[in-house]
Order: sequence, then C-alpha cells, then structure tokens
Amino acid sequence: MRRYLTRKILIYTLTFFLAVTIDWLIPRFMPGDPIRNMLARVSVASNASAIQMMYDYYARLFGLDLPLWQQYLNFWKALFQGNLGISTYLFPTPVIEVLKRAVPYDAFLLIPSILLAWYAGNNFGAIAARSKRLDNFILPLSYVLTATPYMWLGILLAWFFGIVLGLFPIAGAYSFSLRPTWSWTFVLDLLHHWFLPFASLFIIDFGGWAIGMRNMIIYELEAEYSRYLTALGAPQRLIRRYAFNNAILPQITGLALRLGVIVAGALVTEVVFSYPGIGYLLLAAIQNQDYFLIQGCFLFIILGVLIANFVIDLVYIVVDPRTRRGMVGESA
Amino acid sequence: MKKRNEVLYFALRNKKLLIGSGIILIFLLLAWVGPAFAKYKPFDYANPLGAEPPSTEYWFGTTFFGQDVFSQFVNGLRATFIVGLLGGGLGTLVGMIIGFAAGYRGGILDEILNAFTNIVLVIPTLAVLLIIAAYLQVRSLLMECLFIGLTAWPWAARAIRAQTFSLRTRDFVDLARLSGMKPYKIVRREIAPNMMSYLVLVFILQFGGAILTAATLDFIGLGPTNAISLGLMMQYAVLWGALPLGMWWWFVPPGLAITAIVGALYSMNVGLDEIFNPKLREM
Amino acid sequence: MALKVENLTVYYQTLRGDVHALEHATFQIADGEIMGLAGESGCGKTTLGHSLIVLFPPMKYIAGKVLLDGEELPIWDSERMNAYRFRKVSLIPQYAMNAMNPIRKIGKMIQELLESRGVDYREVLPELKRRLDLVSLSHEVLNMYPIELSGGMKQRMVMVISSLLNPSLLIADEITSALDVATQKAVAEMLVEFRDCQFVNTMIVVTHDISILYQIADSILIMYAGVLAEKAPTQSIIESPRHPYTRMLISSLPEVGVRHADKRLSGIPGNPPLLLNPPTGCRFRDRCPLAYERCLEEPPFLEIEKDHYVACWKEFESHA
Repeated sequence: MRRYLTRKILIYTLTFFLAVTIDWLIPRFMPGDPIRNMLARVSVASNASAIQMMYDYYARLFGLDLPLWQQYLNFWKALFQGNLGISTYLFPTPVIEVLKRAVPYDAFLLIPSILLAWYAGNNFGAIAARSKRLDNFILPLSYVLTATPYMWLGILLAWFFGIVLGLFPIAGAYSFSLRPTWSWTFVLDLLHHWFLPFASLFIIDFGGWAIGMRNMIIYELEAEYSRYLTALGAPQRLIRRYAFNNAILPQITGLALRLGVIVAGALVTEVVFSYPGIGYLLLAAIQNQDYFLIQGCFLFIILGVLIANFVIDLVYIVVDPRTRRGMVGESA
Repeated sequence: MKKRNEVLYFALRNKKLLIGSGIILIFLLLAWVGPAFAKYKPFDYANPLGAEPPSTEYWFGTTFFGQDVFSQFVNGLRATFIVGLLGGGLGTLVGMIIGFAAGYRGGILDEILNAFTNIVLVIPTLAVLLIIAAYLQVRSLLMECLFIGLTAWPWAARAIRAQTFSLRTRDFVDLARLSGMKPYKIVRREIAPNMMSYLVLVFILQFGGAILTAATLDFIGLGPTNAISLGLMMQYAVLWGALPLGMWWWFVPPGLAITAIVGALYSMNVGLDEIFNPKLREM
Repeated sequence: MALKVENLTVYYQTLRGDVHALEHATFQIADGEIMGLAGESGCGKTTLGHSLIVLFPPMKYIAGKVLLDGEELPIWDSERMNAYRFRKVSLIPQYAMNAMNPIRKIGKMIQELLESRGVDYREVLPELKRRLDLVSLSHEVLNMYPIELSGGMKQRMVMVISSLLNPSLLIADEITSALDVATQKAVAEMLVEFRDCQFVNTMIVVTHDISILYQIADSILIMYAGVLAEKAPTQSIIESPRHPYTRMLISSLPEVGVRHADKRLSGIPGNPPLLLNPPTGCRFRDRCPLAYERCLEEPPFLEIEKDHYVACWKEFESHA
C-alpha cells in the first residue's frame, strides 16, 4: 500500500512539475518580446501611463534580464507565494483573487454532477446487463449520449427548457436582482440557475458510465469465478453481487482517466450557460488575450485534476483489498 | 471458409457496422461535394436582412449577421473530417510508436515510457492545448490536428503496449528473433499485422476523440483562426443570442453532425469488435 | 451403480451450425470408482464432464438421461439443477487458479457461498479446518485473498471447497495441467485420499495426461471425436486395449515418461473429423488401419468382457 501510494504521489508531483514548466516555458519561447506582444493586444487599459505601469510590472515579474535558471526559480517562488500575476482584463485584480471567486462555482457544478452521474450510470449499466429489453434501449441511447459534444447538449437544454418552455434561466449563477446571502430565496435561485448546466453534464457522463458498467458486468459474469459459483449452484443474486463488486473497480480507475474530458466538458458547459466558473473565465481571458489569467486557469485545472486523482487513488485503496495487501492489483 | 471471406461475411451482416459506415459516408459526401453547392462563402454577409430561417435561397437559414449557415456547415464538416483523420491518425501513430517500443523492448525503456504515458494521461489534454493555442496568434487547421494528435495518444499507447506484451512471447516472434530479424522489422512484419484489427479499433476511437476535442477547442475560441468549424458555429450561436432569439437552425446542424459522426464511429467500433472477435460473435 | 449415463448428447450452438461435441454417451460408474476420462483435446471429454453439472451457452442439451444414486438429474434445467450442484455433484474446474472471487477473503467467500445454499458456515467450519489440515494448508488462508496464495495452494483450496459438502460425484477437470510435475503427483494423490476418506463417492478425472490416470484411476474411459471409444479397468486399458484408437494412443506413449496425448498423435496419420458435420459411421474410420465396409455404420458401445466396453465392429466380430 505504501509503495502504491508513493508511486502515485511521485507521478503527480512530476506531472505538476512538468505542467508548471510548460507554463513557464511557453511565453518565453514565443518570438519577440513577450511583454510587448501581450500588452499590444490589451484592450482594456487604454491610457499610456497605465500601459507603462503594466509594462514595468510585467518586466519585473518576467525578469527577462536575469539568467534563465534564475527566472525559472523566481517563477516557482512566486507560485508558492500564491502570486499568479495580475489580470490584464480585470486590471488590477490579482489572478489568484479572480480564480478564488470562480472555484466555488466549479466545485458546486462538478462534484455533484460527476458523483451522481457515476453512481447512477453504474447502477443503470448493471441493470441493463441483466435485462435484454432494457439493454436494447439503454445501450444505443448511451452511445449517442457519449458521442454528444457537451456544449451542444447544453445548448439544446438551454434552448428547450430555458427559452421554449421558459422553465429555467439560461445565464448566470443567480439572478442579477439578488445579492448573495444565505436566504431561502437566494439558495433556491442558485439551485434554479444551477440545474440546467448540472443536468447537461450529468446526462452525458451518465451515458459513458452506463456503457462501461454494462460491458464490465457482462465480462465479469463470464469470468471464471462466476462460472465456478454457477457450477456450485450459487444463486444469481450472489453471482451478480460479486460481478458488480469486481466491475466497479475499473470504473473507479475509469473516473480518474475520464476526469480530463469531464473538466473540458464543464468548461464549455459554463460558457453556454454563462456560469461564472473557470470555464467562463477562460473564455473571457482568451477573448481579451489575458495571458496571466489563462495561465492561472491552466494551473488551477491541473491542480484540481491532480487532487481529484489522488482522492480517487485513496478511494481505490479502500475498495480494492489487493492494493492494501501490498499486492499491486492495478497498474495505473 | 477462408479467414478473409469469413470476416467479410460477418461484416456484411453486421448492422452496427453497416449503419455506422452508412452515416459516415453520407456526411463524408456532404463534406466533399457540399462546398461546391454552397452559393456563398462561409463568412460572406449573404443575406442583407440578417437572420432568417431556412428557405429555398438559404437552405439552412442565415446567422445573425446574414451569413449562410449551409455554407458554414459543409465547410465546417470538411474541417471536422480533416481533424479526425489527421489528428486521430497522428494520435494513433504516436501511440503505436510508444506502445510498440515499450511493449516490445520492455525493461528500462518501458519503465520510462510508461511513467511518461502516465503523466500525460493525468494532465487534462485540453488544459495543455489551451496554453499552447492561447500563445499562438495565428493558428491553422493543421496545427490544431498536430496539437490534438500529440496530446491524445496516451491511452492508445497503453492499450498497444499491453497487446504487444502478449504477442512478444509467441512462437512466431521468437522464430523471427532467432532468425536475426531486426526489432523494427519484427514489429512491422510480425507484431503489427497480428494486431491489425486492434489498431483499426484504436484509430476509430482516436478519430472520434479528435473530433470532440476539436469541437471543444473551437467552441472556446482556440480553434484555427479565420476558418470555419462546427465548434465555432456553436460558439457564435451562443455568443450572438441564437438561444433567446430561437434561431435553432444556427446551432442544431453543427452539434447534430458531430453527434451523428462520433456516434456512427462508436457504432462501427462495436460492430467491428464483434466481427474481429469471434468470441463476441458466436452467441 | 452410483452414476448411470444413457445416450447423453450435447451440442455447441454456433452461427455456422451445431457442433456435435458429445453424442450417444452411455456408461456407468460404480460406487467408490474413480474413472479417468481421456482423449485428445476437442474430443468432447470436457463437454461430457461439464454436462453432468452445468451447461454454459453455447452448450445445449439435446438428449439423454443421467441417474445419480438412482435419481435423475435435471441437467437440461439449470434452475432445477441448482439443488443438486455442490451437494450431490461438484466440480473442480480447470481454471482453479482463477476460480475464487479476487476481492473477497477466501473464508468470507466460502461463508457467503454456503449461506446462499442454506448451509450454516459455523457448523461446517471445524470440518473445513480439518480438511485444510489434510491438504496441508494453514487455517490462515481463510483470512487471505486468492492473490496471496500460490498456484498449488489455490488448487488445493478449490479442491477442499468443491468437496466440502461431500458430493456423491466429483468431476475434476484437467486439474493438473497448470501444475509442475511434483505438485501434480501430490494433487492426484489427494484426490484418492478424498475418496478413501469418503468425502466423495465417485469421481470423474478428466485429463489428457494418461500417466496421472495410471496412478489414481480405477477405470479409464477413452473418447474420440465426440463419442465413447472404450471403457475398461485401468489395467486392461493399459495392457490389453481393444479399440484401435486406444491401442495407438497407448503405444504412442513410449513408457511412463511421455504424458501428453494432447499433442497430435504422431503415430496416427490424419486428423480427427470436424464435429460441425461429423461423418456417419465410425468416426475413427478415416484414420483406422483396420477399417472395412461395416465401419460405415456407427458401432454401438458394447460390453465385450466384464466391465470392458468398446465401440468397434472388428472387436465385435472377433468376439462373436
């Protein structure tokens, strides 16, 4: 177990290191003066003194006159101090502040949709594997769902439930007329805005998990331990339970592997619903060429995915006894 | 029955494969000849009245700015297929190189490549594409294919590595090794042909994955600059109020096409799996 | 007679048609008898073994009757068959290495299995431990996961589980093929011990390894291409085989050293017929040096001496 965890942590540390390095490397490898390039396209701060102020600030931050290793070290130092630079688009708000405001919305949207879709998809998949009729219906539907681009389902839901039926708002996290307070009106309004983006993420992921579980269960029911139990006259109930317990393990690993796709899906879903998470921020940053904000989003996404991966690893250790016993059951 | 005939026999009777390839062919044809039938260029302000629903003049209607949706659609479709083919192809190729090298060579090379694969696997592809794309002011479709191909390979490499591992110890590979064949040749002549069906499946999934990734990139505005794509159509539709204005003809076709194409690819994948894998077939 | 099988016929259903894997099998096993079941791979011996306890698709029951201790087994009805499995008929599968749920502790799995069959685990536990001692497994294994056991340990564990409810008939399917020679011998001897301790009444040992049968079997049944060729006490099969196929099989195994009848028999030219559309008449005809026109008819499986059954026209002629 210790070996398993150590290896995982090593991989994640390396990944983070690599990601930060990429983040540092890219602006420095672009042709020309990165600061001039960047400021040339800043659309917000228009007067000359503001531009000059920004230029000085970034020149200090980039430290282009220093040797490369010094620049690199400084970059890490700033990172550990939580200094991700200052947003040019929301000047002079520090990037870290902008991101801190967005992250709760991401958590609010992503955590329930990921967990519920995983849970419901696995259970439905297991049921589908049992009934031919349900299988013939759920399987094709699930394939269509996994083939649907996230933003398109979001657009369709927003259009149909938001515009045609007028049941849900289609923009923002809460009504403009309200101020964030812990009142019932506000919480209900928050949930009202949350529902459609949540549903579109939930529905697509649900399809993927249902297919995965169905295929895994069918595979496990054919496995030799299932056949042995059948030969010994064990009831279907016990055999199915064992198959499910075994099939859930690759689904947990699968969650870690799919996380990147789900996060990408959440980004575009936020764009569709103007939901003020990192995805929405990112679009604004890209449109306003705010590189520090883009970098910050990048780091936050990577960090979030790494933390989630680590949590999944911990869960895996709890669920798969083989990792606990020092037998490497899983090689990811 | 000879083996090849047998595969063909089951292929022609597999509904999933036939329906899937049928849908792909229809869209491929549309992407191929569609642009020739489009009366306007994708970005031309064709309709002076702005947005209009589908009509005989504008088959798929016009956008908020009066651009011809049909023209954008067929040109975007073309871009979609190019991304799938090149991006998915490159992803498969890189996956093959790394998978074969790690699986056949084993040892320290395998350890290193495996660690590398795991790292790339954990980093969300999109995040990397994002940071690269954001710094490039001019982006072409080919560049997009390149980025996608170079970030999408890890799972393919993993799968191919595992397959190679199991083939490596077979008699015919041993024989080739004993006869002094070079490793590269062994992989090309003995191992790759024996997992051809598997590689085809990997390519199909990479193809579909590349299309979805490209749609995401295009949608958040990091796709090719100055070129139309299905993802970009959806972005414009969302940003310019197609939803509140009820302009369904603007956002339905691009998403529907992507869903149909990727869904058809998945269907082909399942069908081919049944054909190649007799265990799934003889039920 | 402990086991009576009459005219048992089982096919494999495939898209290309029915594979006649087992046809017209008729034989008996006496109380306390260990019967070896041997033949080349694909001859139907595993099909015969499995058909007595569980038929997985694409295997399909076609005809025949199986009587165990005078009671007919509903082998065509998997649901009704459940009542007999484990308690009356049991199986040590070929895949013993993977027969246990990998994510359950072995003791826990046994408990869940027993309770699902309405047996109290605590009542059985002392006997279970005694049997673990018998096969030299520590009681600790009950607290372990299958992955923590070696191949030989898993094999013995599965043997203990399968025979735990003292079944009347135990089918051991190729149980030695995955083991090294020393372990093979030990495992084979344990089977005999199980019989001697009356954990099981009769046993069918399916194998392609005839030398194992020399050591443990009371009788040997030889199959060829889906039909029974010969059944006789072990001594007779070795010293005076009657079916031309058995004779070639035995003589092609030079002394005790070589064991694998599984490899295509170099001494016998030709291949077994395909069972998708098997030829009528004797199925060994094409490879048999003694074949004559009578062999175009299917030979019955007849007792030519006491306990010595054979399916060959030439033999019937010489005994007529």
